[in-house]
Amino acid sequence: MLIEVKGLTKRFGDFTAVDSINLSIKEGEVFGLLGPNGAGKTTTLHMLATLLKPTDGIALVNGYDVVKQSDDVRKSIGIVFQEPSSDDLLTGYENLRLHALMYGVPQANLRKKIHEVLELVDLVDRKDDQVKKYSGGMRRRLEIARGLLHHPKILFLDEPTLGLDPQTREHMWKYIEDLVKKKKITIIITTHYMEEADRLCDRIAIIDHGKTVVIDSPEKLKSELGGDIVSMKIRKPNLKAIGKLRYVKKIDRTNGVVLLTVENANKNLPEILKTIGSVESVELHSPTLNDVFLHFTGRQLREEQAEGGFWERATTYKVRR
Amino acid sequence: MSELSGLYAIWEREFKVFLREKSRMVATIINPLFWLFIFGGGLGSSFSVGGTNYQVFIYPGIIVMATLFSSIFYGAYIVWDKKLDFLKEVLVAPLSRTTIFLGKVLGGVTDALIQASIIMLIAPLFGIGFGWNLALIYLVLFVLITGLVSIGLIVGSLMESPEGFGLIISFINFPLFFLSGALYPLDNLPTWLNVITRLNPATYGVDAIRGLMLGTSEFSIMFDFILLCMFSLALIVIGTFAFRRMKL
Repeated sequence: MLIEVKGLTKRFGDFTAVDSINLSIKEGEVFGLLGPNGAGKTTTLHMLATLLKPTDGIALVNGYDVVKQSDDVRKSIGIVFQEPSSDDLLTGYENLRLHALMYGVPQANLRKKIHEVLELVDLVDRKDDQVKKYSGGMRRRLEIARGLLHHPKILFLDEPTLGLDPQTREHMWKYIEDLVKKKKITIIITTHYMEEADRLCDRIAIIDHGKTVVIDSPEKLKSELGGDIVSMKIRKPNLKAIGKLRYVKKIDRTNGVVLLTVENANKNLPEILKTIGSVESVELHSPTLNDVFLHFTGRQLREEQAEGGFWERATTYKVRR
Repeated sequence: MSELSGLYAIWEREFKVFLREKSRMVATIINPLFWLFIFGGGLGSSFSVGGTNYQVFIYPGIIVMATLFSSIFYGAYIVWDKKLDFLKEVLVAPLSRTTIFLGKVLGGVTDALIQASIIMLIAPLFGIGFGWNLALIYLVLFVLITGLVSIGLIVGSLMESPEGFGLIISFINFPLFFLSGALYPLDNLPTWLNVITRLNPATYGVDAIRGLMLGTSEFSIMFDFILLCMFSLALIVIGTFAFRRMKL
Protein backbone atom coordinates (compact mmCIF):
# COMPACT_ATOMS: atom_id res chain seq x y z
CA MET A 1 0.00 0.00 0.00
CA LEU A 2 1.38 3.36 -0.98
CA ILE A 3 -0.87 5.23 1.41
CA GLU A 4 -2.17 3.72 4.62
CA VAL A 5 -4.46 5.71 6.87
CA LYS A 6 -5.85 4.46 10.17
CA GLY A 7 -8.25 6.32 12.40
CA LEU A 8 -7.13 9.69 11.05
CA THR A 9 -8.89 12.46 12.94
CA LYS A 10 -8.70 16.25 12.96
CA ARG A 11 -10.53 18.40 15.44
CA PHE A 12 -10.64 22.19 15.43
CA GLY A 13 -11.83 23.04 18.93
CA ASP A 14 -15.20 21.35 19.30
CA PHE A 15 -15.61 20.76 15.60
CA THR A 16 -14.51 17.42 14.21
CA ALA A 17 -13.54 18.03 10.59
CA VAL A 18 -12.20 14.55 9.93
CA ASP A 19 -13.57 11.72 12.01
CA SER A 20 -11.49 8.56 12.21
CA ILE A 21 -10.95 7.88 8.53
CA ASN A 22 -9.38 4.65 7.22
CA LEU A 23 -7.94 4.42 3.73
CA SER A 24 -5.50 2.22 1.86
CA ILE A 25 -4.43 3.35 -1.56
CA LYS A 26 -2.46 1.19 -3.98
CA GLU A 27 0.42 2.25 -6.17
CA GLY A 28 -0.67 3.47 -9.61
CA GLU A 29 -4.22 4.08 -8.53
CA VAL A 30 -6.31 7.17 -9.19
CA PHE A 31 -8.19 7.57 -5.96
CA GLY A 32 -10.99 10.06 -5.39
CA LEU A 33 -12.26 11.65 -2.22
CA LEU A 34 -15.80 12.61 -3.08
CA GLY A 35 -18.08 14.66 -0.90
CA PRO A 36 -19.83 17.98 -0.45
CA ASN A 37 -18.04 21.13 0.64
CA GLY A 38 -16.95 20.99 4.25
CA ALA A 39 -17.00 17.19 4.29
CA GLY A 40 -13.33 17.12 5.33
CA LYS A 41 -11.70 16.27 2.00
CA THR A 42 -9.21 19.13 1.93
CA THR A 43 -8.43 18.72 5.62
CA THR A 44 -7.63 15.06 4.97
CA LEU A 45 -5.43 16.02 2.05
CA HIS A 46 -3.60 18.65 4.08
CA MET A 47 -2.88 16.10 6.77
CA LEU A 48 -1.50 13.65 4.20
CA ALA A 49 0.62 16.47 2.77
CA THR A 50 2.00 17.32 6.27
CA LEU A 51 0.48 20.81 6.26
CA LEU A 52 -1.80 19.98 9.18
CA LYS A 53 -1.05 17.84 12.18
CA PRO A 54 -3.61 15.11 12.82
CA THR A 55 -5.32 15.21 16.20
CA ASP A 56 -5.37 11.44 16.24
CA GLY A 57 -4.63 8.41 14.12
CA ILE A 58 -1.83 7.33 11.82
CA ALA A 59 -1.12 8.14 8.20
CA LEU A 60 1.70 6.56 6.22
CA VAL A 61 2.49 8.09 2.85
CA ASN A 62 4.98 6.16 0.72
CA GLY A 63 5.77 4.28 3.92
CA TYR A 64 6.63 7.43 5.87
CA ASP A 65 4.75 8.72 8.88
CA VAL A 66 3.26 12.18 8.13
CA VAL A 67 4.10 13.47 11.60
CA LYS A 68 7.45 11.88 12.40
CA GLN A 69 8.94 11.75 8.90
CA SER A 70 7.33 14.78 7.34
CA ASP A 71 10.41 15.67 5.29
CA ASP A 72 10.44 12.27 3.59
CA VAL A 73 6.72 12.54 2.97
CA ARG A 74 7.18 15.96 1.37
CA LYS A 75 9.85 14.61 -0.95
CA SER A 76 7.51 11.83 -2.08
CA ILE A 77 4.53 13.98 -2.94
CA GLY A 78 3.47 16.74 -5.28
CA ILE A 79 0.39 18.78 -4.49
CA VAL A 80 -1.85 21.10 -6.46
CA PHE A 81 -3.84 23.22 -4.08
CA GLN A 82 -7.42 24.26 -4.48
CA GLU A 83 -6.36 27.91 -4.50
CA PRO A 84 -3.71 29.15 -6.92
CA SER A 85 -0.41 29.21 -5.08
CA SER A 86 2.07 30.39 -7.66
CA ASP A 87 3.65 33.84 -7.46
CA ASP A 88 1.91 35.94 -10.08
CA LEU A 89 4.78 38.42 -10.38
CA LEU A 90 7.09 35.66 -11.52
CA THR A 91 6.90 34.03 -14.92
CA GLY A 92 5.75 30.46 -15.35
CA TYR A 93 9.33 29.39 -15.88
CA GLU A 94 10.52 31.22 -12.78
CA ASN A 95 7.83 29.62 -10.63
CA LEU A 96 8.96 26.20 -11.80
CA ARG A 97 12.62 27.09 -11.24
CA LEU A 98 11.83 28.21 -7.70
CA HIS A 99 10.05 24.94 -7.05
CA ALA A 100 12.85 22.84 -8.52
CA LEU A 101 15.47 24.57 -6.37
CA MET A 102 13.41 24.16 -3.23
CA TYR A 103 13.11 20.45 -3.92
CA GLY A 104 16.81 20.09 -4.62
CA VAL A 105 16.50 19.18 -8.31
CA PRO A 106 20.14 19.26 -9.52
CA GLN A 107 21.12 22.45 -11.39
CA ALA A 108 22.59 20.39 -14.24
CA ASN A 109 19.33 19.19 -15.75
CA LEU A 110 17.08 21.91 -14.35
CA ARG A 111 16.26 23.43 -17.73
CA LYS A 112 15.53 20.09 -19.29
CA LYS A 113 13.23 19.02 -16.46
CA ILE A 114 11.32 22.29 -16.50
CA HIS A 115 10.92 22.08 -20.25
CA GLU A 116 9.65 18.53 -19.92
CA VAL A 117 6.81 19.39 -17.57
CA LEU A 118 5.98 22.57 -19.51
CA GLU A 119 5.51 20.43 -22.58
CA LEU A 120 3.30 18.03 -20.69
CA VAL A 121 0.83 20.80 -19.86
CA ASP A 122 1.24 22.71 -23.12
CA LEU A 123 2.70 25.89 -21.69
CA VAL A 124 6.07 26.05 -23.45
CA ASP A 125 5.25 29.14 -25.49
CA ARG A 126 3.88 31.03 -22.46
CA LYS A 127 6.70 30.17 -20.09
CA ASP A 128 8.19 33.67 -20.04
CA ASP A 129 4.92 35.48 -19.32
CA GLN A 130 4.17 36.61 -15.80
CA VAL A 131 1.63 34.33 -14.17
CA LYS A 132 -0.75 37.26 -13.63
CA LYS A 133 -1.30 37.19 -17.40
CA TYR A 134 -2.40 33.55 -17.32
CA SER A 135 -6.01 32.39 -17.47
CA GLY A 136 -7.41 30.28 -14.63
CA GLY A 137 -6.97 27.09 -16.61
CA MET A 138 -3.40 27.90 -17.60
CA ARG A 139 -2.52 28.68 -14.05
CA ARG A 140 -3.96 25.39 -12.89
CA ARG A 141 -1.95 23.59 -15.55
CA LEU A 142 1.20 25.39 -14.48
CA GLU A 143 0.62 24.22 -10.94
CA ILE A 144 0.10 20.65 -12.08
CA ALA A 145 3.40 20.90 -13.96
CA ARG A 146 4.98 22.25 -10.81
CA GLY A 147 3.60 19.38 -8.76
CA LEU A 148 5.25 16.91 -11.14
CA LEU A 149 8.61 18.64 -11.43
CA HIS A 150 10.40 16.72 -8.69
CA HIS A 151 9.07 13.33 -9.86
CA PRO A 152 6.85 12.60 -6.88
CA LYS A 153 5.43 9.12 -6.40
CA ILE A 154 2.11 10.58 -5.43
CA LEU A 155 0.29 13.61 -6.78
CA PHE A 156 -2.48 15.26 -4.77
CA LEU A 157 -5.02 17.29 -6.72
CA ASP A 158 -7.38 19.32 -4.57
CA GLU A 159 -10.50 20.08 -6.60
CA PRO A 160 -8.54 20.28 -9.86
CA THR A 161 -11.35 21.73 -11.94
CA LEU A 162 -13.20 23.86 -9.40
CA GLY A 163 -14.25 27.14 -10.95
CA LEU A 164 -13.13 26.26 -14.46
CA ASP A 165 -15.53 26.58 -17.37
CA PRO A 166 -16.83 23.32 -18.90
CA GLN A 167 -14.49 23.44 -21.87
CA THR A 168 -11.40 24.01 -19.76
CA ARG A 169 -12.57 21.32 -17.40
CA GLU A 170 -12.78 18.85 -20.26
CA HIS A 171 -9.19 19.79 -21.25
CA MET A 172 -8.02 19.41 -17.68
CA TRP A 173 -9.49 15.92 -17.51
CA LYS A 174 -7.65 14.99 -20.68
CA TYR A 175 -4.40 16.27 -19.18
CA ILE A 176 -4.94 14.22 -16.07
CA GLU A 177 -5.82 11.10 -18.08
CA ASP A 178 -2.72 11.58 -20.22
CA LEU A 179 -0.67 11.99 -17.11
CA VAL A 180 -1.85 8.69 -15.71
CA LYS A 181 -0.90 6.96 -18.97
CA LYS A 182 2.49 8.61 -19.39
CA LYS A 183 3.75 8.89 -15.84
CA LYS A 184 2.23 5.91 -14.07
CA ILE A 185 1.86 8.06 -11.02
CA THR A 186 -0.51 7.56 -8.10
CA ILE A 187 -3.05 10.34 -7.95
CA ILE A 188 -5.37 11.37 -5.15
CA ILE A 189 -8.14 13.73 -6.22
CA THR A 190 -10.64 15.52 -4.04
CA THR A 191 -13.77 16.62 -5.81
CA HIS A 192 -17.42 17.32 -5.34
CA TYR A 193 -18.14 16.79 -9.03
CA MET A 194 -19.67 13.36 -9.59
CA GLU A 195 -18.77 13.44 -13.23
CA GLU A 196 -15.14 14.07 -12.42
CA ALA A 197 -14.90 11.23 -9.92
CA ASP A 198 -16.70 8.89 -12.32
CA ARG A 199 -14.45 9.71 -15.23
CA LEU A 200 -11.04 9.85 -13.59
CA CYS A 201 -11.02 7.60 -10.56
CA ASP A 202 -10.32 3.90 -10.22
CA ARG A 203 -11.78 3.95 -6.74
CA ILE A 204 -13.56 6.57 -4.71
CA ALA A 205 -14.26 7.16 -1.07
CA ILE A 206 -17.49 8.99 -0.40
CA ILE A 207 -16.93 11.31 2.50
CA ASP A 208 -19.65 13.03 4.48
CA HIS A 209 -19.37 14.89 7.78
CA GLY A 210 -15.74 13.85 8.12
CA LYS A 211 -16.43 10.14 7.78
CA THR A 212 -15.92 7.70 4.95
CA VAL A 213 -19.34 6.39 4.02
CA VAL A 214 -18.21 3.85 1.46
CA ILE A 215 -15.12 3.02 -0.62
CA ASP A 216 -15.23 1.21 -3.97
CA SER A 217 -14.91 1.62 -7.71
CA PRO A 218 -17.53 3.87 -9.31
CA GLU A 219 -18.87 0.93 -11.35
CA LYS A 220 -19.30 -1.29 -8.31
CA LEU A 221 -20.95 1.46 -6.35
CA LYS A 222 -23.41 2.08 -9.10
CA SER A 223 -24.20 -1.58 -9.61
CA GLU A 224 -24.63 -1.97 -5.88
CA LEU A 225 -27.81 0.05 -6.14
CA GLY A 226 -29.18 -3.03 -7.84
CA GLY A 227 -31.16 -1.43 -10.61
CA ASP A 228 -32.06 1.65 -12.58
CA ILE A 229 -33.47 4.83 -11.20
CA VAL A 230 -37.02 5.87 -11.93
CA SER A 231 -37.82 9.37 -10.83
CA MET A 232 -41.37 10.60 -10.94
CA LYS A 233 -43.02 13.90 -10.22
CA ILE A 234 -46.24 13.08 -8.47
CA ARG A 235 -48.58 14.67 -5.88
CA LYS A 236 -50.22 11.65 -4.23
CA PRO A 237 -48.15 8.52 -4.78
CA ASN A 238 -49.56 5.21 -3.71
CA LEU A 239 -46.37 4.11 -2.01
CA LYS A 240 -48.01 1.24 -0.16
CA ALA A 241 -48.86 -0.58 -3.36
CA ILE A 242 -45.42 0.22 -4.83
CA GLY A 243 -43.76 -1.27 -1.77
CA LYS A 244 -45.41 -4.58 -2.54
CA LEU A 245 -43.76 -4.86 -5.98
CA ARG A 246 -40.82 -7.25 -5.65
CA TYR A 247 -38.58 -5.59 -8.24
CA VAL A 248 -38.63 -2.22 -6.44
CA LYS A 249 -35.47 -2.19 -4.33
CA LYS A 250 -35.64 1.18 -2.70
CA ILE A 251 -38.02 4.10 -2.34
CA ASP A 252 -36.86 7.66 -1.70
CA ARG A 253 -39.09 10.68 -1.51
CA THR A 254 -37.91 14.29 -1.62
CA ASN A 255 -40.14 17.32 -2.14
CA GLY A 256 -42.70 16.06 -4.58
CA VAL A 257 -40.34 13.68 -6.35
CA VAL A 258 -40.38 9.94 -5.80
CA LEU A 259 -37.20 8.05 -6.60
CA LEU A 260 -37.39 4.30 -7.08
CA THR A 261 -34.53 1.89 -7.57
CA VAL A 262 -35.94 -0.72 -9.89
CA GLU A 263 -34.70 -4.00 -11.38
CA ASN A 264 -35.35 -4.36 -15.11
CA ALA A 265 -36.95 -0.94 -15.17
CA ASN A 266 -37.53 -1.00 -18.93
CA LYS A 267 -39.86 -3.98 -18.56
CA ASN A 268 -41.48 -3.02 -15.30
CA LEU A 269 -42.10 0.68 -15.83
CA PRO A 270 -45.67 0.32 -17.19
CA GLU A 271 -46.82 -1.59 -14.13
CA ILE A 272 -45.23 0.96 -11.82
CA LEU A 273 -46.98 3.80 -13.58
CA LYS A 274 -50.29 1.96 -13.34
CA THR A 275 -49.81 1.31 -9.64
CA ILE A 276 -48.52 4.61 -8.35
CA GLY A 277 -51.28 6.91 -9.50
CA SER A 278 -51.37 9.88 -11.85
CA VAL A 279 -47.83 10.97 -12.60
CA GLU A 280 -46.91 14.45 -13.88
CA SER A 281 -43.60 13.42 -15.39
CA VAL A 282 -41.30 10.44 -15.35
CA GLU A 283 -37.62 9.88 -15.99
CA LEU A 284 -35.63 6.69 -16.24
CA HIS A 285 -31.85 6.51 -16.05
CA SER A 286 -29.06 4.16 -15.12
CA PRO A 287 -27.61 5.01 -11.72
CA THR A 288 -25.08 7.83 -11.52
CA LEU A 289 -22.71 8.58 -8.71
CA ASN A 290 -25.23 11.17 -7.66
CA ASP A 291 -27.71 8.38 -6.99
CA VAL A 292 -24.99 6.51 -5.16
CA PHE A 293 -24.38 9.50 -2.98
CA LEU A 294 -28.06 9.89 -2.27
CA HIS A 295 -28.32 6.19 -1.53
CA PHE A 296 -25.54 6.24 1.05
CA THR A 297 -26.08 9.63 2.66
CA GLY A 298 -29.76 10.29 2.10
CA ARG A 299 -28.92 13.66 0.59
CA GLN A 300 -28.40 15.09 -2.86
CA LEU A 301 -24.91 16.29 -3.69
CA ARG A 302 -25.41 19.65 -5.29
CA GLU A 303 -22.67 20.88 -7.51
CA GLU A 304 -23.31 24.59 -7.13
CA GLN A 305 -22.43 24.84 -3.48
CA ALA A 306 -18.72 25.34 -3.99
CA GLU A 307 -17.56 28.67 -2.72
CA GLY A 308 -14.33 30.46 -2.05
CA GLY A 309 -12.84 28.48 -4.87
CA PHE A 310 -10.10 28.99 -7.34
CA TRP A 311 -11.71 31.75 -9.35
CA GLU A 312 -12.72 33.91 -6.47
CA ARG A 313 -9.29 33.66 -4.96
CA ALA A 314 -7.63 34.31 -8.29
CA THR A 315 -9.60 37.48 -8.92
CA THR A 316 -9.92 38.86 -5.38
CA TYR A 317 -6.28 38.81 -4.42
CA LYS A 318 -4.69 39.76 -7.67
CA VAL A 319 -3.90 43.23 -6.42
CA ARG A 320 -1.17 43.35 -3.84
CA ARG A 321 1.94 45.16 -2.77
CA MET B 1 22.30 20.40 -0.23
CA SER B 2 18.66 21.05 -1.00
CA GLU B 3 18.49 23.31 2.05
CA LEU B 4 21.16 25.52 0.52
CA SER B 5 19.58 25.64 -2.92
CA GLY B 6 16.24 26.22 -1.20
CA LEU B 7 17.71 29.16 0.69
CA TYR B 8 19.00 30.57 -2.57
CA ALA B 9 15.66 29.94 -4.30
CA ILE B 10 13.70 31.86 -1.67
CA TRP B 11 16.16 34.75 -1.78
CA GLU B 12 16.09 34.81 -5.57
CA ARG B 13 12.31 35.01 -5.65
CA GLU B 14 12.28 37.90 -3.17
CA PHE B 15 14.89 39.73 -5.18
CA LYS B 16 13.05 39.29 -8.48
CA VAL B 17 9.81 40.52 -6.93
CA PHE B 18 11.66 43.50 -5.46
CA LEU B 19 13.03 44.46 -8.87
CA ARG B 20 9.59 44.14 -10.44
CA GLU B 21 7.82 46.27 -7.88
CA LYS B 22 9.24 49.68 -8.66
CA SER B 23 6.79 51.48 -6.40
CA ARG B 24 8.27 49.71 -3.39
CA MET B 25 11.69 51.15 -4.08
CA VAL B 26 10.51 54.65 -4.97
CA ALA B 27 8.41 55.05 -1.82
CA THR B 28 11.17 54.00 0.54
CA ILE B 29 13.68 56.34 -1.09
CA ILE B 30 11.54 59.46 -1.48
CA ASN B 31 10.50 59.43 2.17
CA PRO B 32 14.02 59.73 3.65
CA LEU B 33 14.83 62.48 1.16
CA PHE B 34 11.92 64.51 2.52
CA TRP B 35 13.28 64.14 6.02
CA LEU B 36 16.76 65.01 4.95
CA PHE B 37 16.01 68.06 2.86
CA ILE B 38 12.84 69.49 4.35
CA PHE B 39 13.12 68.60 8.03
CA GLY B 40 16.92 68.61 8.11
CA GLY B 41 17.22 71.60 5.82
CA GLY B 42 14.62 73.58 7.77
CA LEU B 43 16.03 72.94 11.23
CA GLY B 44 19.59 73.01 10.00
CA SER B 45 19.21 76.60 8.86
CA SER B 46 18.80 77.64 12.53
CA PHE B 47 21.11 75.38 14.49
CA SER B 48 23.85 72.80 14.50
CA VAL B 49 24.94 69.97 16.81
CA GLY B 50 28.36 70.37 18.39
CA GLY B 51 29.62 72.33 15.43
CA THR B 52 28.21 69.84 12.91
CA ASN B 53 25.56 71.13 10.53
CA TYR B 54 22.20 69.60 11.58
CA GLN B 55 21.53 68.17 8.13
CA VAL B 56 24.88 66.42 8.20
CA PHE B 57 24.25 65.28 11.79
CA ILE B 58 20.99 63.51 10.93
CA TYR B 59 22.25 62.03 7.66
CA PRO B 60 23.42 58.74 9.25
CA GLY B 61 20.18 58.63 11.23
CA ILE B 62 18.12 59.03 8.08
CA ILE B 63 19.93 56.11 6.46
CA VAL B 64 19.03 54.00 9.47
CA MET B 65 15.47 55.31 9.30
CA ALA B 66 15.13 54.31 5.66
CA THR B 67 16.39 50.81 6.35
CA LEU B 68 14.38 50.54 9.55
CA PHE B 69 11.07 51.32 7.85
CA SER B 70 11.61 49.17 4.82
CA SER B 71 13.06 46.27 6.86
CA ILE B 72 10.18 46.05 9.26
CA PHE B 73 7.61 46.68 6.57
CA TYR B 74 9.10 43.78 4.65
CA GLY B 75 7.24 41.49 7.09
CA ALA B 76 4.03 42.45 5.28
CA TYR B 77 5.06 40.26 2.37
CA ILE B 78 4.85 37.13 4.47
CA VAL B 79 1.27 38.14 5.26
CA TRP B 80 0.67 38.53 1.53
CA ASP B 81 2.25 35.17 0.85
CA LYS B 82 -0.29 33.69 3.24
CA LYS B 83 -3.16 35.50 1.56
CA LEU B 84 -2.02 34.54 -1.92
CA ASP B 85 -1.56 30.95 -0.75
CA PHE B 86 1.98 31.07 -2.05
CA LEU B 87 3.13 30.24 1.46
CA LYS B 88 1.53 26.79 1.19
CA GLU B 89 3.77 26.00 -1.74
CA VAL B 90 6.81 26.99 0.32
CA LEU B 91 5.73 25.20 3.50
CA VAL B 92 5.01 21.94 1.71
CA ALA B 93 8.53 21.89 0.23
CA PRO B 94 11.03 19.62 1.96
CA LEU B 95 12.84 22.55 3.58
CA SER B 96 13.31 23.31 7.25
CA ARG B 97 11.48 26.31 8.64
CA THR B 98 14.86 27.76 9.59
CA THR B 99 15.91 27.77 5.95
CA ILE B 100 12.65 29.38 4.91
CA PHE B 101 13.07 32.05 7.56
CA LEU B 102 16.69 32.76 6.67
CA GLY B 103 15.86 32.95 2.95
CA LYS B 104 13.21 35.53 3.71
CA VAL B 105 15.60 37.46 5.95
CA LEU B 106 18.25 37.57 3.25
CA GLY B 107 15.66 38.83 0.78
CA GLY B 108 14.70 41.66 3.11
CA VAL B 109 18.31 42.51 3.90
CA THR B 110 19.08 42.77 0.20
CA ASP B 111 16.14 45.15 -0.39
CA ALA B 112 17.10 47.38 2.51
CA LEU B 113 20.80 47.45 1.62
CA ILE B 114 19.98 48.53 -1.92
CA GLN B 115 17.81 51.33 -0.56
CA ALA B 116 20.52 52.41 1.87
CA SER B 117 23.06 52.41 -0.95
CA ILE B 118 20.95 54.72 -3.06
CA ILE B 119 20.66 57.22 -0.20
CA MET B 120 24.39 56.93 0.43
CA LEU B 121 25.01 58.02 -3.13
CA ILE B 122 24.09 61.59 -2.21
CA ALA B 123 26.58 61.74 0.70
CA PRO B 124 28.98 63.99 -1.27
CA LEU B 125 26.26 66.67 -1.32
CA PHE B 126 26.80 67.00 2.43
CA GLY B 127 30.53 66.79 2.18
CA ILE B 128 30.60 63.30 3.69
CA GLY B 129 33.12 60.79 2.39
CA PHE B 130 33.34 57.16 3.55
CA GLY B 131 36.75 55.98 2.40
CA TRP B 132 37.57 52.49 3.63
CA ASN B 133 34.91 52.83 6.31
CA LEU B 134 32.35 51.97 3.65
CA ALA B 135 32.95 48.26 4.19
CA LEU B 136 32.41 48.67 7.93
CA ILE B 137 29.27 50.74 7.34
CA TYR B 138 27.85 47.90 5.25
CA LEU B 139 28.81 45.39 7.91
CA VAL B 140 26.97 47.38 10.61
CA LEU B 141 23.97 47.89 8.34
CA PHE B 142 23.89 44.20 7.50
CA VAL B 143 23.77 43.17 11.14
CA LEU B 144 21.26 45.85 12.11
CA ILE B 145 18.96 45.13 9.16
CA THR B 146 19.04 41.38 9.83
CA GLY B 147 17.55 42.05 13.26
CA LEU B 148 15.00 44.55 11.98
CA VAL B 149 13.82 42.33 9.11
CA SER B 150 13.41 39.55 11.65
CA ILE B 151 11.12 41.77 13.73
CA GLY B 152 8.92 42.38 10.67
CA LEU B 153 8.82 38.70 9.77
CA ILE B 154 7.99 37.65 13.32
CA VAL B 155 5.06 40.06 13.44
CA GLY B 156 4.06 39.03 9.93
CA SER B 157 4.11 35.33 10.83
CA LEU B 158 1.55 36.04 13.55
CA MET B 159 -0.80 38.20 11.49
CA GLU B 160 -3.59 37.18 9.17
CA SER B 161 -4.29 40.44 7.37
CA PRO B 162 -2.02 43.11 5.88
CA GLU B 163 -4.14 45.77 7.58
CA GLY B 164 -3.52 44.24 11.00
CA PHE B 165 0.16 44.05 10.21
CA GLY B 166 0.28 47.73 9.22
CA LEU B 167 -1.36 48.72 12.48
CA ILE B 168 1.03 46.73 14.65
CA ILE B 169 4.21 47.85 12.96
CA SER B 170 3.32 51.53 13.17
CA PHE B 171 3.58 51.04 16.94
CA ILE B 172 7.03 49.53 16.45
CA ASN B 173 8.47 51.72 13.70
CA PHE B 174 7.98 55.17 15.16
CA PRO B 175 9.30 54.53 18.68
CA LEU B 176 12.32 52.77 17.24
CA PHE B 177 13.00 55.74 14.99
CA PHE B 178 12.24 58.69 17.29
CA LEU B 179 13.97 57.10 20.29
CA SER B 180 17.13 56.19 18.43
CA GLY B 181 19.16 59.38 18.48
CA ALA B 182 18.68 59.68 14.73
CA LEU B 183 17.38 63.23 15.12
CA TYR B 184 19.16 64.41 18.29
CA PRO B 185 22.40 63.79 20.17
CA LEU B 186 22.27 61.46 23.19
CA ASP B 187 24.53 63.34 25.61
CA ASN B 188 22.03 65.83 27.09
CA LEU B 189 18.85 63.79 27.35
CA PRO B 190 16.60 63.75 30.45
CA THR B 191 17.02 60.51 32.39
CA TRP B 192 13.79 58.76 31.29
CA LEU B 193 14.55 59.41 27.64
CA ASN B 194 18.13 58.36 28.16
CA VAL B 195 17.03 55.01 29.56
CA ILE B 196 14.63 54.32 26.74
CA THR B 197 17.06 55.23 23.98
CA ARG B 198 19.65 52.93 25.50
CA LEU B 199 17.18 50.05 25.38
CA ASN B 200 16.52 50.70 21.71
CA PRO B 201 18.70 48.60 19.40
CA ALA B 202 18.38 51.14 16.59
CA THR B 203 20.28 53.62 18.81
CA TYR B 204 23.45 51.56 18.47
CA GLY B 205 22.99 51.30 14.72
CA VAL B 206 22.68 55.07 14.39
CA ASP B 207 25.60 55.61 16.75
CA ALA B 208 27.91 53.21 14.94
CA ILE B 209 27.10 54.57 11.51
CA ARG B 210 27.44 58.15 12.70
CA GLY B 211 30.78 57.21 14.18
CA LEU B 212 31.92 55.65 10.92
CA MET B 213 30.64 58.51 8.77
CA LEU B 214 31.25 61.60 10.87
CA GLY B 215 33.80 60.40 13.41
CA THR B 216 31.62 61.28 16.41
CA SER B 217 29.87 58.60 18.43
CA GLU B 218 28.45 58.30 21.93
CA PHE B 219 29.70 54.75 22.50
CA SER B 220 32.65 52.91 21.04
CA ILE B 221 31.85 51.49 17.64
CA MET B 222 32.94 48.05 18.81
CA PHE B 223 30.47 48.24 21.68
CA ASP B 224 27.69 49.24 19.26
CA PHE B 225 28.59 46.41 16.95
CA ILE B 226 28.63 43.74 19.63
CA LEU B 227 25.23 44.84 20.93
CA LEU B 228 23.82 44.81 17.40
CA CYS B 229 25.13 41.30 16.83
CA MET B 230 23.46 40.12 20.03
CA PHE B 231 20.22 41.83 19.05
CA SER B 232 20.16 40.24 15.60
CA LEU B 233 21.13 36.79 16.82
CA ALA B 234 18.39 36.85 19.43
CA LEU B 235 15.82 37.85 16.82
CA ILE B 236 16.93 35.17 14.38
CA VAL B 237 16.40 32.60 17.11
CA ILE B 238 12.96 34.01 17.95
CA GLY B 239 12.12 34.26 14.24
CA THR B 240 13.01 30.65 13.55
CA PHE B 241 10.80 29.66 16.45
CA ALA B 242 7.96 31.87 15.18
CA PHE B 243 8.19 30.31 11.72
CA ARG B 244 8.09 26.83 13.18
CA ARG B 245 4.88 27.68 14.95
CA MET B 246 3.37 29.49 11.99
CA LYS B 247 0.12 27.99 10.75
CA LEU B 248 -1.55 28.44 7.42
